[in-house]
Amino acid sequence: MTGFSQSVLKGARERRIRTGGVELCVAELGDSGQPTVVLVHGYPDSKEVWSEVAPRLAERFHVVLYDVRGHGRSTAPQPLRGGFTLEKLTDDFLAVIDTVSPDRPVHVVGHDWGSVQSWEFVTVKRTEGRIASFTSMSGPSLDHFGHWISKRVKRPTPRRVGQLLGQGAKSWYVYLLHTPVLPELAWRGPLGKRWPRLLERLEKVPGGDYPTSSLPTDAAHGAWLYRDNVRARLRRPRPDAYAHAPVQLITPLGDAFLSEKLYDELEQWVPQLTRRTLPAKHWIPRTRPDQLASWITEFVTATEGGKNKVQATGRYAERFGGQLVLVTGAGSGIGRATAFAFAEAGARVVAVDRDAEAAARTAELSRLVGAPEAWAETADVSDEHAMEKLAEKVATEYGVVDVLVNNAGIGLSGSFFDTSPEDWKKVLDVNLWGVIHGCRLFGKQMAERGQGGHIVNTASAAAYQPSKALPAYSTSKAAVLMLSECLRAELAGQGIGVSAICPGFVNTNITSTARFAGVDAEEEKRRQKKSARLYGMRNYPPEKVADAILRAVVRNEAVVPVTPEARGAHFMSRFSPRALRAIARMEPPL
Amino acid sequence: MTTALTGELSAQLRGFRQVQRLAYECAEAVAAQLQPGVTEREAARMQRAWLRERGVRDWFHLPFAWFGDRTAFVNFRIPLQFFPTDRRLEPGMPFILDMAPVYDGCTADIGYSGSLGINPVQDKLMADLEAHRELILGEVRERRPLRAIYEDVDRLMVRQGYANRHRAYPFGVIAHKVDRVRQRRWSPHLFGFGTQSLKGLASDALHGHRDGWSPLWSPHRFSDHPPQPGLWAVEPHLGFRGTGAKFEEILVVTDSRDPEESAFWLDDDLPHVRRWAEDK
Repeated sequence: MTGFSQSVLKGARERRIRTGGVELCVAELGDSGQPTVVLVHGYPDSKEVWSEVAPRLAERFHVVLYDVRGHGRSTAPQPLRGGFTLEKLTDDFLAVIDTVSPDRPVHVVGHDWGSVQSWEFVTVKRTEGRIASFTSMSGPSLDHFGHWISKRVKRPTPRRVGQLLGQGAKSWYVYLLHTPVLPELAWRGPLGKRWPRLLERLEKVPGGDYPTSSLPTDAAHGAWLYRDNVRARLRRPRPDAYAHAPVQLITPLGDAFLSEKLYDELEQWVPQLTRRTLPAKHWIPRTRPDQLASWITEFVTATEGGKNKVQATGRYAERFGGQLVLVTGAGSGIGRATAFAFAEAGARVVAVDRDAEAAARTAELSRLVGAPEAWAETADVSDEHAMEKLAEKVATEYGVVDVLVNNAGIGLSGSFFDTSPEDWKKVLDVNLWGVIHGCRLFGKQMAERGQGGHIVNTASAAAYQPSKALPAYSTSKAAVLMLSECLRAELAGQGIGVSAICPGFVNTNITSTARFAGVDAEEEKRRQKKSARLYGMRNYPPEKVADAILRAVVRNEAVVPVTPEARGAHFMSRFSPRALRAIARMEPPL
Repeated sequence: MTTALTGELSAQLRGFRQVQRLAYECAEAVAAQLQPGVTEREAARMQRAWLRERGVRDWFHLPFAWFGDRTAFVNFRIPLQFFPTDRRLEPGMPFILDMAPVYDGCTADIGYSGSLGINPVQDKLMADLEAHRELILGEVRERRPLRAIYEDVDRLMVRQGYANRHRAYPFGVIAHKVDRVRQRRWSPHLFGFGTQSLKGLASDALHGHRDGWSPLWSPHRFSDHPPQPGLWAVEPHLGFRGTGAKFEEILVVTDSRDPEESAFWLDDDLPHVRRWAEDK
């Protein structure tokens, strides 16, 4: 064992396996009695690319990593040309798994070229029965890719030509790697030196002990992966490249090298396919280790348990499956509907409300519609201490929140002079400070983890539609809108999106709990009832707002007006603000 | 039902109870025959045939069957969408059978919710309907205005986390009056509703309009009156993310001063009531 490897993969047991003229360096972590997970790295990488993911998996599994021939501390074949064919890589893989897990099939995880190879492993006859599952990220099967291209060349439609050209442009480096000698010179020279900085700047890969010092030789040898396989396979793809094990496909949506369209027809090759997407760039083993570890764990556990597919039924299940979502004000209205929508997409839900019973109800029903786990927490969002305690509890017991929905809010109507300082304080405490506390505490955890996330703040159409009936409420919501925009700018560099949702009149119980300033209790009751009836007649369901929230997270939208009147007002606020001001003077029909 | 419970009254009620039981028997028999691939039309036809064999000749309305997300009336815009379609039943799918046969002059109107195999969401909905049955009876005994009761039911649904789906029915009714129907040799129907029954409903509506009440129990102003004595077919219908569940049965309202006798469910030995008792 060398000191180097120990520092990157702590506690790894190393051994060397001789096969086909090369010596492979294999590292093992975790209890070898547990199911074996084999991690295969890509190009230009070595097994250390998994140094963040492997220890997380080692808590539950027997994790095996090896340097692909010619990479890291495995030796290179002689001669290089013809030494990197997929057949030989399959020999290596079989030699490794026969040593580390002779009796039980293994779970394969591949990234980039590791995934390309693993597609070969999982689609050839001789590995049948030796692979229990395969998690693929950022590396298509060359055979599927070949069929994908030929289908688009033979029957070109505008869309297909577009897809072809798009992927063709993304593959620029593949063409370069096919030129002789030059790539090797570049990698051993200036490119090799600058690569870590480039990764940090362009791919947002955090610095540290990765990439390793073997990078220039890894990259120079690895060029033969392309030269030995790409042309041959793309020209004559195998017609029988069907997967014989369940496959989980994890697609980073911001991948600069691979188009997500490549996987459009994957179901025809993979009978048991689970799809996942995440907003990230190519090097997800470095940038999103928590998410990968959780998806791999879930998938491996499910296949060990005899299930072939793990996915909730909701529309965005690919994106939110297994993610931790916290919703405030989840005891009713939009918050509750949002919790259900996330639950349906397979997310783990924390329902926060000051009404304990309502929060518990939301959590219970969330589990029923698809959340693998759901918890109820009681907290008043305007209470700084309570929120701090909540943030601490959530972080220690459930983990770092992936999606935060600051939704809790109260209504307050009445003219400016009728609104007392206490009224002002109350509405700002909940509507604005609640959001501030949420962003401050949970946003901070997100930013510190450094693996992306999303914050949704529920503002209102009142944020840009002035009204003489809602001065305090509109002020609080306008502040939320601006806070969201500023925060979005600040967190953009860290992969954390911020969206402000601006609903119009939505049929929720905000009307029956709203305060009407300047009138006695009886009149307040009457107005609550009347406004509840009017909102009921409008009958815009909170479920549609929840759908808009999920869509906003998926598309990372900044400001999302929901309901036609909110969209209309948003449009007018930009193009005819004077008309909007005229509307502001109207007396509400209460 | 203008007098307190007398012998004559209970004899009349016996007729209604008998046909309500018959209808629930039909629902249970048809539900037991449902298999993957059966369409809503076939399920509706099965109910009709089953009841015809047992002597039903007239209908308050013809049998309905809703499968899958149609149990929650997802995207229902026009009343024609209530009629059975060619939607096929799949394992795990929820379904609702709803029929209103007239037998021997007595009308029943029932709703039966079930699922093919296990459907935890619908089980939960059905379990939560128990609270509605209690709430409705309690508030009718208090003689609260029907519109207010409707709103209380609505609030309970929202608190439970569900959507009000009886809102989708014509006039958004949670209940409507049923009555004796004259037996004719020929009993045509109009848009699925028996003409005799429609006639009864129309004449009630006319009388009610004069006296300030309505045979339709709705969220609208015309239902802002205390419960009118008579038989009310009550049908709270819950919806939750593409799954719906309801029960429908007859509530007897009398003008008795004794709360127990002023309102009561016609029959407490029905499938959903038995289920709740078993779960306890």
